[in-house]
Amino acid sequence: MSQGDKQQAQECVQTSQPWNNPDAVPFIRFEHVTKKFGDFFAVDDVSLDIYRHELFALLGGSGCGKTTLLRMLAGFEEPSDGKIYIDGADMSGVPAYERPTNMMFQSYALFPHMSVEQNVAFGLHQDGLPKSEIRDRVEEMLNLVQMGKFAKRKPHQLSGGQKQRVALARSLVKQPKVLLLDEPLGALDKKLREQTQFELVNIQEKVGTTFVMVTHDQEEAMTMASRIAVMNEGVIKQTGTPFELYEYPNSRFTANFVGQVNLLEGILVDDNEKYAIIHSEAAGGDIYIDHAVSGHEGMTFWVALRPERIRLSDSQPAETKYNCLPGKVEEIGYLGGLSTYHVRLDSGTRIKISEPNSTRHIEPRYTWEDRVWVSWEAGAATVLSQ
Amino acid sequence: MSGTAPTPKQRFDRWMVRNGRYLVIGIPFFWLMLFFLVPFLIVLKISFATAEYAQPPYSALFQWVDQGINIALNFGNYLFLLSDSLYVTAYLNSIRIAAISTVITLLIGYPMAYYIARSSGTVRSVLLMLVILPFWTSFLIRVYAWIGILDREGLINAALLGLGIISEPLIMRQTEFAVYIGIVYTYLPFMILPLYSTLEKMDGSLVEAALDLGCRPWKAFARVTLPLSLPGILAGSLLVFIPAVGEFVIPELLGGPNTLMIGRTLWDEFFANRDWPIASSVAIAMLLFLVVPIMWFQNLQGSEKGDGK
Ligand SMILES: Nc1ncnc2c1ncn2[C@@H]1O[C@H](COP(=O)(O)OP(=O)(O)OP(=O)(O)O)[C@@H](O)[C@H]1O
Ligand SMILES: [Mg+2]
Repeated sequence: MSQGDKQQAQECVQTSQPWNNPDAVPFIRFEHVTKKFGDFFAVDDVSLDIYRHELFALLGGSGCGKTTLLRMLAGFEEPSDGKIYIDGADMSGVPAYERPTNMMFQSYALFPHMSVEQNVAFGLHQDGLPKSEIRDRVEEMLNLVQMGKFAKRKPHQLSGGQKQRVALARSLVKQPKVLLLDEPLGALDKKLREQTQFELVNIQEKVGTTFVMVTHDQEEAMTMASRIAVMNEGVIKQTGTPFELYEYPNSRFTANFVGQVNLLEGILVDDNEKYAIIHSEAAGGDIYIDHAVSGHEGMTFWVALRPERIRLSDSQPAETKYNCLPGKVEEIGYLGGLSTYHVRLDSGTRIKISEPNSTRHIEPRYTWEDRVWVSWEAGAATVLSQ
Repeated sequence: MSGTAPTPKQRFDRWMVRNGRYLVIGIPFFWLMLFFLVPFLIVLKISFATAEYAQPPYSALFQWVDQGINIALNFGNYLFLLSDSLYVTAYLNSIRIAAISTVITLLIGYPMAYYIARSSGTVRSVLLMLVILPFWTSFLIRVYAWIGILDREGLINAALLGLGIISEPLIMRQTEFAVYIGIVYTYLPFMILPLYSTLEKMDGSLVEAALDLGCRPWKAFARVTLPLSLPGILAGSLLVFIPAVGEFVIPELLGGPNTLMIGRTLWDEFFANRDWPIASSVAIAMLLFLVVPIMWFQNLQGSEKGDGK
């Protein structure tokens, strides 16, 4: 690779991944934001940077404070502590109607007494734009979300998916600097959901607005978002790209929340520059890790293994001494594209394994009570200290 | 089991599924017919009779004459209502007083209902209790209490005189002002309750959406909250306006000799003049006056259902 190519690649990373560029200025900034309801911390000391043109997802279980965080950004709640900046401006005390944000509500909150058209035009009327411009922009926006045909309908005459499009159009038509989406696809069925996820991403690329989206569906966050913040009990546990969160979770919570995982608890017994050994009662032996682990010997660690990174075989693989554990098949699940196996190791731990069904087997490869060996490559495991 | 004829029980059940609701609706319908329509028809009948010194004090409408029915309809009572300016004035007065009172109750009741709907659980139930509390004492006694407050020697005058703010007692009782106080005071709960129930049901995120789209709070109220509470405003207004038009006790006890309202006229015709036919025609005319706004309201509600929520 020549010097010029390298530089170009570097620049590409800096524009498409501003979070990896130390010079990039965040567009939205949460600084130690806390929100208390009484003495309950709904959001607890959150610091977060979101960059321009991102589709950023807040991911977490019910009641973890996602909506509260979003509502503070929109101006419906004031932080009890800390500051929020949008495009460099401090938002403390700025009311919702003066913020450069628009929100798409979880319940859509369409005005029932106005037609689709009037709903979309509502925000433009507040800005006092000329009538002809309002008409053009409303029409353009309704066409973008493919609702042009329904302009004269009232919200109660629309299906759930159509309401959702109108809500999106209404929040986008003012061309906000930031669009906030609270579980935008929560009310849709799986098929429509997947279709709409792509549409939303397309629209986001077309209009270039910064999207901040709340969801409790990790698959949705993974398919749509440029980056994800995983929240739990008011705290952000980890922020990163879908790839980073899946491959390099920093805690058992994230590993569990993003995708499926097997966790094997053990004690670090040998730590070198090139490899580490973790002795695990749960695995019934030593686990070999192909990189150094930052910790001292005797410390407790968890080895995280994704189900699809584990191999099953009916005889002991010849080549390895480590990372090969005997067990018995306890359960089989056929999911069409995948088959899942639950294997009870001789140590008593249960392991989830998934295998793609790349050919059409007449019979499953393994059946109940089969004696099997579970193995993985040393590089497949992630070591977690918390 | 296809092919076999339905048993009587099955046939009865199917009939019930198809027609059962008419049975359920039919009972209250019959009840209303019996206790609302029949008295109304009697009054209607009397309004077409002529007054007589007899028992009952009016002429018979239908008479058997030579094996046929002789119907004597007397429109004179209605013509008399039109010709005597007393009645026309009383009608117009009633409507004016009722309309102004309705507007005042709305202006007072709306903020109260709004506040109650927005307050949290326990506060809300206490406030609602307080709104309903006056119903637990007799209406008559509460109006009498207002006499004590507004009288020449009443509470207000005593207080103002005592503080030296006025030197002569204010004349408040036996004025139209006192009638307004009485009506607004009495009917306020009827305004607050329907308003409260519409405001309470309203989705709070609608106002947030309006704010989010750039509305200032007052404008969000005018463009979203107010139009959406229109059904409550109409229901409350009718619940105040209709009984206020025919109100008798309040103008009698608090009003002066020249606060002419139709309820008082009615009373006088029945009990002082004992002219039942005239009194009946006054009542029927008043009913017609009130039926028009009710029909209008029903129409509005109907069309609201058609294209609204
Ligand atoms: N106005 C409020 N008063 C008191 N507590 C509140 C209020 N709003 C939210 N909370 C609490 O704060 C916590 C976080 O709420 P939030 O709505 O942010 O959750 P969420 O992450 O959006 O959950 P979900 O996925 O269920 O929507 C919850 O425990 C909730 O009970
Ligand atoms: Mg939420």
